[in-house]
Amino acid sequence: MQLPAPFDYERATSVDHAIQLLDRLGSGARIVAGGHSLLPMMKLRLVNVEYLIDINDLHRELGYVRVEPARIRIGAMTRHRELLDSPELRRSLPIFHDAERAIADPLVRNRGTIGGALCQADPSEDLSAVCTTLDASCVIRGPGGERVVTMAEFYRGPYETAVGAAEILTEIRIPLRPNGSSAFEKVGRRAGDWPIVSCGVAVWLDGAVITDARVGLAAVGPNTTGIPTVSRALRGRPPSEELFAEAGAIAAACCTPVDDQRGSAGYKRHLAAELTRRALRRAVARLDGRES
Amino acid sequence: MRRAPKAPDHRVPEAASAPDSRPTAFVDNDRKPVGHGRMLRKEDPRFVRGKGRFLDDIQLPGMLHLALLRAPIAHGRILSVDASAAEAHPKVKLVVTGAMLAERGLAWMPTMSGDVQAVLATDKVRFQGQEVAFVVAEDRYAARDALELIDVEYERLPAVVNVRTALDPSTPVIRDDLPGKSDNHCFDWETGDKAATEAAFARADVVVSQDMVYPRVHPAPLETCGAIADYDAVDGGLTLWSTTQAPHAHRTLYALVAGLPEHQIRVISPDIGGGFGNKVPIYPGYVCAIVASMLTGKPVKWTEDRSENLTSTAFARDYIMQGEIAATRDGTILAVRTSVLADHGAFNGVAAPAKYPGGFFGVFTGSYDLQAAYCTMTAVYTNKAPGGVAYSCSFRITEAVYLIERLVDCLAFQLTMDPVELRLANLLKPEQFPYTTKTGWVYDSGNYEVTLREAVRIADYDGLRREQKDKRARGELMGIGVSFFTEAVGAGPRKHMDIMGLGMADGAELRVYPTGKAVLRVSCQSQGQGHETTFAQIVAEEIGIPPADIKVVHGDTDQTPFGLGTYGSRSTSVSGAAAVLVSRKVRDKARLIASAMLEISVTDLVWDKGSFHVVGDPTSCVTIQEIAMHAYGTGDLPDGVEGGLEAQVHYDPENLTYPNGAYICVVDVDAQTAVFTVRRFVAVDDCGTRINPMIIEGQVHRGLTDGVGMALMEMIAFDDDGNCLSGSLMDYLLPSALEVPDWETGYTVTPSPHHPVGAKGVGESATVGSPPAVVNAVMDALKPYGIRHADMPLTPSRLWEAIRGNPQPPI
Repeated sequence: MQLPAPFDYERATSVDHAIQLLDRLGSGARIVAGGHSLLPMMKLRLVNVEYLIDINDLHRELGYVRVEPARIRIGAMTRHRELLDSPELRRSLPIFHDAERAIADPLVRNRGTIGGALCQADPSEDLSAVCTTLDASCVIRGPGGERVVTMAEFYRGPYETAVGAAEILTEIRIPLRPNGSSAFEKVGRRAGDWPIVSCGVAVWLDGAVITDARVGLAAVGPNTTGIPTVSRALRGRPPSEELFAEAGAIAAACCTPVDDQRGSAGYKRHLAAELTRRALRRAVARLDGRES
Repeated sequence: MRRAPKAPDHRVPEAASAPDSRPTAFVDNDRKPVGHGRMLRKEDPRFVRGKGRFLDDIQLPGMLHLALLRAPIAHGRILSVDASAAEAHPKVKLVVTGAMLAERGLAWMPTMSGDVQAVLATDKVRFQGQEVAFVVAEDRYAARDALELIDVEYERLPAVVNVRTALDPSTPVIRDDLPGKSDNHCFDWETGDKAATEAAFARADVVVSQDMVYPRVHPAPLETCGAIADYDAVDGGLTLWSTTQAPHAHRTLYALVAGLPEHQIRVISPDIGGGFGNKVPIYPGYVCAIVASMLTGKPVKWTEDRSENLTSTAFARDYIMQGEIAATRDGTILAVRTSVLADHGAFNGVAAPAKYPGGFFGVFTGSYDLQAAYCTMTAVYTNKAPGGVAYSCSFRITEAVYLIERLVDCLAFQLTMDPVELRLANLLKPEQFPYTTKTGWVYDSGNYEVTLREAVRIADYDGLRREQKDKRARGELMGIGVSFFTEAVGAGPRKHMDIMGLGMADGAELRVYPTGKAVLRVSCQSQGQGHETTFAQIVAEEIGIPPADIKVVHGDTDQTPFGLGTYGSRSTSVSGAAAVLVSRKVRDKARLIASAMLEISVTDLVWDKGSFHVVGDPTSCVTIQEIAMHAYGTGDLPDGVEGGLEAQVHYDPENLTYPNGAYICVVDVDAQTAVFTVRRFVAVDDCGTRINPMIIEGQVHRGLTDGVGMALMEMIAFDDDGNCLSGSLMDYLLPSALEVPDWETGYTVTPSPHHPVGAKGVGESATVGSPPAVVNAVMDALKPYGIRHADMPLTPSRLWEAIRGNPQPPI
């Protein structure tokens, strides 16, 4: 049994209560949602907190997937399992279903939340790549009220986000644009492992031409959750295997992976290209109705 | 990793006899056999209900908790240790450093292989995670918190990490504690006939050489190691609950090491959550718990956390092997030779019989009829955790089987022969048994060709090859891998095999109570193998008392006869034989009593599993239960026969038993991502007489999963400074159900000629036999690229390198 350092525990009953607690307890307090990243780090004593503020009771308030005509709103306490099982998400944003199938294992998915995943801001984390790919925005609430930031603003670097001292991420908003689809590809060493590389793609077509495309990679270095040069290369051109390969080559050139236990930098770069190609292929096939 | 599709069910119902005749899905206890056969495990109701009693479940009144401070660096001189802040912690009762143990002569302890190991470091730390001091506190949180208050000052020394350069003269000497030690050499060992092997190689048409690495892996039992020591200062008795696979051997070693009188030591090994060799050695933490209880006068509990288990307790493998195989052009294998560089870590902690420093690696000749074989081995010290245990194999046989089975496939590659055909041409023939190998091992029995052909049949090998051909034509990668292994399990005999002077033999004691219920006491110790069921069935088969009426007592040195314990698949082959013999002893006595009860000569009695009857008159009979009541009752007993119905034996095996098997693995490889899926795995095991086929299958499933894990993902890795990179289960990957296919098991039965019921060990066969089958399958898939070998773990990254023609070894 791995033992964390001493800490105190509070249980928030509402978002406002959580914000009050954060405000009162100061910088030694950390929010725990699903706990599948924070608690292991505390047990390894890589993270020591004075107070844990448990927001699992906020699932009532923040656990939802709401579809509106032009956007989908996902509550920050929505669990991986709920994202995986949501028929609306599967229909409108299949990238979520692809990604959630490959995130961790059922035990983790039953507890882990989208807000927790985003706030952990692990550079290998899959949902950050998904949300960036989908051009999501994040709703952050604090003592002074709500503000909305883009994913680019939200993610400030490894393990750092725009969420301030007495603030809490409450909602993720994803714009819905017609004639679009999406897909996610991941290669890992084992179920439950962080990805060696993962890749998210969203594409929009007007007839036979790609009007817009977004590609994001995880686990291959900084600034790859969205790769604008790939988007530029794809826009205005008809989808084809050659084009997907070209996009993959650009994605590979844009990433800066390192050698580690998960694989060599060369292999990861190769995967960046291959997974970009596959995700584009699958997303376009979904638009054609060739794949679900 | 994708989940493989569900495999077709090839399982055949167990042969003819009634209790066995239904397939697994219908097994239930309503049909429990009186003797050998399928039945659910007696221990499972408590395990599946969470009612097992593991070490950490045990709470004693007034118990204190111990935590170990471990070295943060791999190599460094201890300049000072300041424990004053920890001692001032309000909940801390005791802090002990290496210097304090040294004052009591307890800073060092012997290892199981003639070396010494620090209990707490006094001079230097020699691996990251080494024990430096311990804290005893009122609760485990306080003990852990107080560790951070101990201030240790180190002078960093360069870490010796690369085993290949550990013997270079410029490399720092790790073991300067050993008098006169001027290098990192641990031992040299050789086996076989060098000259005869050279001559055979000179005659060969074809010689294939292959370097291969068997990476350092960890047994990683779900339950980590721990102990509770309870020393009674008034009567001088020590009770030690500990996670040990060998309670009796540990008791004697504590007596020899700590100077405690052996009759005052009671070692209790409660329910154990997996051992796999990891719980064979004595760890510093156990000794610290004993010292702590003696110093505080209270019971003291120590349990490792996961990181401690992975980084400091016994590893396995870590062999760099150069192999060579010599053959004629038509595929007759002539000879094998190998040189091995073995990384033994900071202390030689190998747990193997004393005369076998390289364990049973000498069986590297495999299952083949060779003319000659030769092996040299050099072992070195490095700044890594000590160990080298029999991790789910009998003492280094996993490495040996991997070597020969990879070499045979490399030879098939070279000769462009089918790997099954090449094996069939060279396997030992049934009439050659007992067969003495070129390295001196006497294989007891086998019917190898039949076993391999059964695997070929179940797999539809020819059909798979056709499918592969079609796929290759389409540019798809599919591989079929074969391995054939022979294990050597059930050590001794005691005259050849001992651990620190204790002969490898095991006892059993059987008491039949007046109402005909029985208690069997055995010296082996279950870590999940199902002994309480298998051993009850062994007794049931011999004396006809139903397994439900037989309790199996194990894991308590005060309650069981002496023996060397459970590892290297020893239980059924050694303790199982003891259980058979003690049952027969009881039956022999029962026969005498029956003759008095029926007033007839013993020679006119017929045994009918559970009762004796008069020849030609089955109605004139007495049951074993009636005999038991008579044995304790008031009726007449034959002359010279004492009352009671109990017996004891101590079994010294005549030889090891040699289970064997043929495994076929099918993989599909994605050529672009280099991700592969184990689609099918066929395992045909021959472990002689099968006592409980369901338990055997469970053991095989576990071992196959283990083998796939080692082939695909498991490795204890270090950085250049000797930092362990595999200290959690997010870093040291174990396979899950998602990485393995539905196992397809089969069997042949070739009894052991010297085991009293013909049984052989089986618990570890699958771990031994499966890694080469997986690697052979992956290499077979990559054949279009002209690649012959890539090392484990076959991660997607290494496979991608292999596809590009440049697979790098993991170390």
